[in-house]
Amino acid sequence: MADTSIPRRDFLKGAGVAGAGAAAVLSGQEALAQAPSSATAAKAAPEALLTLTATEAAFLSAVYDTFIPADALSSSGTDCGLVTFWDRQLAGAFGNGQGLYRNGPHIPGKPEQGYQLLLTPRAYFAAGIKAANAYAKKTVGKEFDRIGPADREAMLKDMEAGKAQFDGVNAKPFFEALYASAMEGFFSDPIHGGNRNLASWKMIGYPGLPATYARTAEQYRGKKVDLKPQSIQDFI
Amino acid sequence: MATVLKSVDVVIVGLGWSGSIMARELTKAGLNVVALERGADRTPAEDFVFPYIRDELKVRVRNGLMLDTATETLTMRNAPSELALPMRKWDVFSLGDNVGGAGSHWNGITWRFTPSEFVLRTHLEERYGKNALPADMTIQDWGVTYDELEPHYDRFEKLCGTSGKAGNIRGKIVEGGNPFEGARSDEYPNKPLIMSQAGMMMSKAARELGYHPFPTPASNSSAPYTNPEGCQIGQCQYCGHCEYFGCEVNAKASPNVCLHPVLFADPKFERRTLAYVGNLKYDAAAKKVRSVFYIDRRTGVEYEQPADLVILCAYPFNNVLLMRLAGVGKPYDPATGEGVIGKNYCYQTNSGVAAFVDEEINPFIGTGVSPAVIDDFQGDNFDHGGLGFFGGGYIAPSVSGGRPIQVRNVPPGTPRWGSAWKEATAKWYNHWFPLSVHGTSYANRNNYLDLDPTWRDAIGRPLVRMTFNYPENDRKMSVFMTNKANDIAKAMGAKITVPAPRTSNFGATNGQASHHTGGVIMGKDPKTSALNRYLQSWDCDNLFVMGGAVYPQNAGHNPTGTIAALAYWSAKAITEQYLKSPGALVKA
Repeated sequence: MADTSIPRRDFLKGAGVAGAGAAAVLSGQEALAQAPSSATAAKAAPEALLTLTATEAAFLSAVYDTFIPADALSSSGTDCGLVTFWDRQLAGAFGNGQGLYRNGPHIPGKPEQGYQLLLTPRAYFAAGIKAANAYAKKTVGKEFDRIGPADREAMLKDMEAGKAQFDGVNAKPFFEALYASAMEGFFSDPIHGGNRNLASWKMIGYPGLPATYARTAEQYRGKKVDLKPQSIQDFI
Repeated sequence: MATVLKSVDVVIVGLGWSGSIMARELTKAGLNVVALERGADRTPAEDFVFPYIRDELKVRVRNGLMLDTATETLTMRNAPSELALPMRKWDVFSLGDNVGGAGSHWNGITWRFTPSEFVLRTHLEERYGKNALPADMTIQDWGVTYDELEPHYDRFEKLCGTSGKAGNIRGKIVEGGNPFEGARSDEYPNKPLIMSQAGMMMSKAARELGYHPFPTPASNSSAPYTNPEGCQIGQCQYCGHCEYFGCEVNAKASPNVCLHPVLFADPKFERRTLAYVGNLKYDAAAKKVRSVFYIDRRTGVEYEQPADLVILCAYPFNNVLLMRLAGVGKPYDPATGEGVIGKNYCYQTNSGVAAFVDEEINPFIGTGVSPAVIDDFQGDNFDHGGLGFFGGGYIAPSVSGGRPIQVRNVPPGTPRWGSAWKEATAKWYNHWFPLSVHGTSYANRNNYLDLDPTWRDAIGRPLVRMTFNYPENDRKMSVFMTNKANDIAKAMGAKITVPAPRTSNFGATNGQASHHTGGVIMGKDPKTSALNRYLQSWDCDNLFVMGGAVYPQNAGHNPTGTIAALAYWSAKAITEQYLKSPGALVKA
């Protein structure tokens, strides 16, 4: 049960487009020195959810902000749109099992044999988040999004290392699924809802589109390329 | 019951590279050819369009151009004693789909196999002694030689507008090319692609170590090109979206670009898409396939298409499945080593070294090929005496695009998340690249394909069951090769190198190549091979099988060039010999 005595979830108040704090293409040290604190970054109105529950969105927001904290290099995972991204992914074809062979029987295998569950990604995340929150409550006393940064960090590390024992869900592969969702949301083209303002592409210096280098490949070879990143949306 | 259609001269199953080549050659010889393609039609103008084709999430991560596992997948296990389970989603590899097949979304790396690979068992036994090969290494000779395939390799390179630099023209070693390659009749049709920073660094270091770097042959055209079929190929833009993607400027060779414009205009050719071939009708007494059964996926209606000649050009797994379902050839049994269908399934033993460097790499300026490579440690290009293994591979920087979901790395010891991870990711994104080893996969008695007893595909057939693990031989090779790559990385001046040899089990989750070979292998003896040297079934005179399935084992070079050369070789045998006198082209 969600603890309704605490105002629900930063995510629901603050999800939105990252503001002026998103870093330009600078090295980490330069960026740290120059960029304003992301705490001052403007926040846009929250996005409507397609499939995630408020509890699930809050959990993912807390996970994504731990993976991708707001700092001089980018705004937080949530402010980069990662919850919106994953909500759309889970609501769509992927989340509902497209590309997943679901014929039975479903028999547990060895790790080399990969994913063997009957659950679609949508259902898998529902079960995983429930189990993770139950574990957080049992070990720290509160659901994941209500525990402090150090406890979040520690719990994710225990999941990653296979030390956390969830009820009914194997925490280690669930951690890897969470991690993959964060990386996909942070680094994919913003048309999918994440990587708002091309935050990650600016962070690493990936120019995105249009990428026609036949005339410049030699000129750019071995040199830093300073191109303004562009998304698919910029060419529609 | 299936609706019986009017008989045609030739039915081709699958319209990728080999199906398209075969269709073109046989229609030109005057035959009426029907190609049955399980997938949908696919054209660059409709399906590989900028900007949408540049969507890494959709096209690469979600396997946008690939076959859906819900339609067909495999079951997988590491050893015959284990229970195989379905590969429920693609991860370690993915299989192609639709018109053009994997030829639409390959990287474009276009090798010829080294001459000794075609006579591998004979060559190794002659050089190292009859007892030198491990007892469980079931490698064989192909029954065809490099010299016989040479004109067909040449044709394919000209079809594709392959960019490269010859190293051996008619026996004369040419500076700047691959000195280890078999003699070529001609130079590549296009000059090498522009060398990347990583390629320059690797080439310089390799040269200093006494190796022989050269430009990787690439069917990503370095200049606009018109192939001998009259098809137009564009100029590569170094956009970094080759493998898994379709090319928006038609610079990457594909059946769609290099053959379909002329093939589809030929009235002797008909393609039926969404035509899902489920089985063959085999007349064992007459040694003939009578017809092919397929389902029109749009209507659900099943058809029986009789034909004089049937050519299986599906992916290796599907070719094995069709042979098994039709009952052509004796199934392989690892317990006895007898039988042929499913035998000698091989993969690719790839590994690599992550090299972290000072230089600006700009990984996003890339093609399917880096293009720089050494072949000094390929196959048996070096002395294996006392090494305890056979085989090898090429070493090349893999900088085929800087797509950020997947092409990132941070040095060991960096946290996987948080501000320290972000800082390291920002710092190293442009300052690392993999030095890859693309290694041989040599056949082993316990690596094979058969039919799964439990799981079925979307049309109710058994899934193919893959039993595969990296043999001890290949693991030793991988350690040796990865060390060589690490030496090169260090000689490049890499600040940090992270070698990752292939020493753990094959698994469904650790992605590398989609290079699958064997299962319907060619050879000299019907007891040990399914096909003769012309890719004709020993058990069925009017049935030919193409593709990676026919390889007795896999070389350390990418497979496509040889798949295509074999298709031309087989087509020549069909048009020049078989049509005059339909029957066995080789007496058993």
